[in-house]
Amino acid sequence: MDEKKYAKLEQSITPKPPILKNVIKAFLVGGTICLIAQFIALFYMTFFNFTERTASNPTVATMIFISMLLTGFGLYKKIGQLGGAGASVPITGFGNAVVSAAIEHKSEGYVLGVGGNIFKLAGSVILYGVFSAFLVALVKTILVKLGVVSW
Amino acid sequence: MFSIFITSFIVGGLICVIGQLMFDVAKMTPAHTLCTLVVAGSILDGFGLYEPLIDFAGTGATIPITSFGNALTHGALAEAEKHGLIGVLTGMFEVTSSGISAAILFGFIASFIFKPKGNI
Amino acid sequence: MVMKGLLTFPSTPSIAATGVTAGPLEKKSPFHVNFDKMFDDERCGMKTNEQGHAKLMEDAIMIALSKVDKVPSDADFLLAGDLVNQMTPSNFSATTVGIPYIGLFSACATSVSSILLAALLTESGMSKLAVAGSSSQHNAIERQFRYPIEYGTQKGDTSQWTVTAAGAAAITPYQEGVPCIERGTFGKAVDMGMTDPLNMGAAMAPAAADTLMRHLSGHNASASDYDLIMTGDLSKVGFSIFKKMVGNQGIKDFQNFSDAGEEYYGGLPEFKAGASGAGCSASIYFSEIYKKMMEKEYKRVLLIATGALLSPLSYQQGDTIPCIAHAVELTMK
Repeated sequence: MDEKKYAKLEQSITPKPPILKNVIKAFLVGGTICLIAQFIALFYMTFFNFTERTASNPTVATMIFISMLLTGFGLYKKIGQLGGAGASVPITGFGNAVVSAAIEHKSEGYVLGVGGNIFKLAGSVILYGVFSAFLVALVKTILVKLGVVSW
Repeated sequence: MFSIFITSFIVGGLICVIGQLMFDVAKMTPAHTLCTLVVAGSILDGFGLYEPLIDFAGTGATIPITSFGNALTHGALAEAEKHGLIGVLTGMFEVTSSGISAAILFGFIASFIFKPKGNI
Repeated sequence: MVMKGLLTFPSTPSIAATGVTAGPLEKKSPFHVNFDKMFDDERCGMKTNEQGHAKLMEDAIMIALSKVDKVPSDADFLLAGDLVNQMTPSNFSATTVGIPYIGLFSACATSVSSILLAALLTESGMSKLAVAGSSSQHNAIERQFRYPIEYGTQKGDTSQWTVTAAGAAAITPYQEGVPCIERGTFGKAVDMGMTDPLNMGAAMAPAAADTLMRHLSGHNASASDYDLIMTGDLSKVGFSIFKKMVGNQGIKDFQNFSDAGEEYYGGLPEFKAGASGAGCSASIYFSEIYKKMMEKEYKRVLLIATGALLSPLSYQQGDTIPCIAHAVELTMK
């Protein structure tokens, strides 16, 4: 049996991911996380001196704090299993990636273990976020200078 | 005012649906998916489209990881607008995200408190 | 003289005793009643997962030896392996017990490759008492091969759960009243171009099929000669593919076929396709199967342990997953 024939056999037996079910779960879990964040934003706007715009920073920080607790108590991986991308795409998933790597590697010490591995999963997101921000800003600035677009 | 709770849920959910389709249909790993979404958020801000989305959906646009690309690009663009091409560079050293700072802080704190559990 | 990886043991070395240890989650396994020792803590009371992993193996070795009233200094060889980098858990357990040690890596097929090598040493007269075994610890293996334990990723229906368990067997020259090792087959590394580390069963199935067919044709046996043919950790998906593959090569009746990984957790949905890990096959072979042979429920069994020979580096570099399967034939006279 060659590789192509085997791939065919393998694909006929391996179960396909239940896409519709996964998509619905991702929608509900992701939407719920954003909804909870909206209540937290409302809290900051009502009780502290924040506007709709400036409330975003403390809201994100609060969500990551909640994510830390859920990760530490072993619950975020259950949300992840249920929600898929609904749990990884929100900023809580970013927090989970950082926190899970940090607690995983504490056995190798706080410098080599936690320090060296805390961005093991989240590092690529930071890299591409910063680099794409640089590129987009550069391109847009050049286009503005050339008079193609305006700010 | 309260319509933002509905739009937040729907827009946030839909961004997650895009992520799920990238997992299941495009067979991308979580890392590849999240990087792509961050770059997408950055490009959307380049076209000036992300801020209107935040006005429309509130946390539905600021909580998904796409907002991270938006926040960084927005900071860089603000500097570029003031100082031109030099501003793109200096802007890069000023931009930051509350997400990264909070994750570093809480991640480190968590490493003092918690241990991974192998439960299911 | 049979060759090309095929082994026969005219003196039929015996498996005089076995020892099996497991972690807390393995209480969900219907087989746990036959395990010798269950830990309530996944680190087995140690500081790190890797130390707990070594403790699992060490206790399994000590239990197997104590059942034949021996101490480690009576043993001639220890053959053991696991999946952690450079097999440090097995190395540390070997340091503690102090038996002359050969570390083996056949991934999750180490349970059988260690028995085969111990039987060869016994057959040659160089060993009167050898201990063979393998082990895995969920947290230690997951963090190495996949993600941190607490990372919230969605596991698909093809993914398998690495068990926390260890199995060890004490192998001696022929003794009456215990299962003995008659024949065996070392597998070839088979690579069918699979790349998904979350679908290991599909990668390993061709290796298992290859070893089974080579064993049967090389030893002039047929599948119906056995009371049981048990693969290691193909689990639901891999086991279906395996049956399809050997079905295409003439085997029609699968009544006596089963897979340790598929049955390990009794089909509980949270474990998805089933179990995997070097401790998966070892802990079933050396508890459930061994016990049923002692009770003469099974007189002749063929155990085919399967292993995926990948590393996190190799799959990140885009390489395919080579796999291996080793077979050992046990009989109860």
